Amino acid sequence: MSNVVQSPDSATVEPQRPWAVKRAVRATNAGRLAVFAALAAGITLVTPLANADGWALAFLVVNLTWTIAVAVRLGAKERRDAIVRVVVSSLAFLAFVPWLSIFVSTALKGYKGLYPGYLFNDMRITSYDDELTFGGVGHAVVGSLIMVAIATILTLPLGILSGIYLTEVRGRLTFMVRFIVQSMAGVPSVVAGLFIFATVVQSMGRYSGLAGGIALAVLMLPTVSRTAEEVLKLVPDDLRSAGYALGARQWRTALMVVLPTVKAGLTTAAILGIARVIGETAPLLLTSLNTNGFMWNPIGGTLGSLPTYIFAMFMYGSEFSVARAWSGSVVLLSIVLFFFVLARRLGGRSEKRAKAGVGKAARTSVGTK
Amino acid sequence: MTQRTMNMTTSDLTDMNKVGGAQGDSTSFRGLETRSVHAWFGKHHALAGVSLRFPERTVTGLIGPSGCGKSTFIRLLNRMHEFIPSAAMAGSVLLNGSDIYDPSEDPAMIRLKVGMVFQKPNPFPAMTIRENVLAGIKLAHLKRDNHDDIVEQCLTRAGLWKEVKDRLDASGGSLSGGQQQRLCIARSLAVEPQVLLMDEPCSALDPGSTLRIEETIKELAEKITVIIVTHNMQQASRVSDYCAFFLTDGGPGYLVEADSTRKIFTNPSDPRTADYVQGKFG
Repeated sequence: MSNVVQSPDSATVEPQRPWAVKRAVRATNAGRLAVFAALAAGITLVTPLANADGWALAFLVVNLTWTIAVAVRLGAKERRDAIVRVVVSSLAFLAFVPWLSIFVSTALKGYKGLYPGYLFNDMRITSYDDELTFGGVGHAVVGSLIMVAIATILTLPLGILSGIYLTEVRGRLTFMVRFIVQSMAGVPSVVAGLFIFATVVQSMGRYSGLAGGIALAVLMLPTVSRTAEEVLKLVPDDLRSAGYALGARQWRTALMVVLPTVKAGLTTAAILGIARVIGETAPLLLTSLNTNGFMWNPIGGTLGSLPTYIFAMFMYGSEFSVARAWSGSVVLLSIVLFFFVLARRLGGRSEKRAKAGVGKAARTSVGTK
Repeated sequence: MTQRTMNMTTSDLTDMNKVGGAQGDSTSFRGLETRSVHAWFGKHHALAGVSLRFPERTVTGLIGPSGCGKSTFIRLLNRMHEFIPSAAMAGSVLLNGSDIYDPSEDPAMIRLKVGMVFQKPNPFPAMTIRENVLAGIKLAHLKRDNHDDIVEQCLTRAGLWKEVKDRLDASGGSLSGGQQQRLCIARSLAVEPQVLLMDEPCSALDPGSTLRIEETIKELAEKITVIIVTHNMQQASRVSDYCAFFLTDGGPGYLVEADSTRKIFTNPSDPRTADYVQGKFG
């Protein structure tokens, strides 16, 4: 065959990435960005721009100036492309700044109050402005977890059922259910707290963790329901058809085919809901109030929680109590972060499993040929 | 247009006994039978006046160009048509002489008797191979105690047992496309249907898998009735005992001709059938 080009021996061929950016170019770019970062830092010293936000703005301006200066030599299309690229990537970077500054400033102000016993002690015998090596936040963590657990137990079945109603049953009330769930997401948290105060707290005659948990459930339900609906929508109709074609009834198909398929997604829905409400303060001030000691009984009276602990410490206003408030914030942020990472991991793991399945399928089919 | 109208009016009378040549009154007819079946999606009239008989333990191929209502027709045969919100139908479908659209009939029980394999393989991804095969039994609350036997028997009948017997606990999604489709066939067999509908089961598969599924279909026909939609003329001539040719002139799809496969492919009564099976259009 004369039209076949003899290829070199495969042993001498190295895998390459001709599409990748060359190392030298990447080094130049990184070097330039470092110079610009230093330049921006210099600008914050001599102009009214200050702090991280000011530095980021200066960095953006410097970058943009350089790009425009370089781009005037290019054609119109390349110039537009270069400018848009700098603006978009800089704004993405800018969105990262407030997030980082919240974490950094909370950690900087809160680390003083953290000591090994902080998570395991309560404030029963410690006064708010005692030395930071006494007392702790354990009772607030326990209270928060109790109330979030109550909220989750109440919300999860409701949220998943409403998701099933919206995606599987698609009854006549679909529009109304979706409308109500979405408008519930707009209920101010203090109004939700007030509502539970007027119903649960007044009828029970006392503040309680149960009332707090119910108030959190009111706020959590829209998040869980919406996420569950979105996740259930992802299940291909093929699977439902397959269930029906096997003689299964609708609820049976929903329960045994659709739900197991999105187990990981529903877990994510629950965790996002938890992360959403664990920092709620206003409804808890109206329903569970605060205590200074460990309390395990959700209906035995006022129950402490991390947000109300932080609130009380700030309101007290002494040096050590404010430091305690920051330490409590660090603990609260860490818990929220933990839940978010958990949600990502669980969601990601199922994705990875699906991908692994595909890979395996490819390998098997290669193997059989 | 005139042709179609004529066909709609005459089909009710003439096509009834074509397939299988089964004569006699309908109550004693064993198998699946449709009587002047029509289907609509909203205002769109998709299928007009199809009367066909599918005798027990035969394979019938439904052929015809895209959009002529073949898939709509077989979805009418196990009441999957009604899942489309705007769907409507007319006429009757009889399984062993009783109307499956009778108000006293339970659609879930009908689908248990008339199983279906879809165009795209759709094993349940959250279940293992074994669980997939047993899914119908669990979903429909059937009482069976010899689960292991059922799994082996159904996978064998679907021609998949040898390939998967050592990894029954692997996910159904880890199989290749052809294996997945055979798993879906095994899954439909586990609930012991009397009729199996197949909607282009091989359209996404390679020739090797297609061949294996065709062998499976021939074996199945020893016990159950198979109705298969296919765009592949060779496949229709290889696997089916009877063939029904559907067509559309832009309006609703209708049945042109139904007869034994040999007759359809060698000496059809309608010139359009001859043109289609010879690949002159469609």
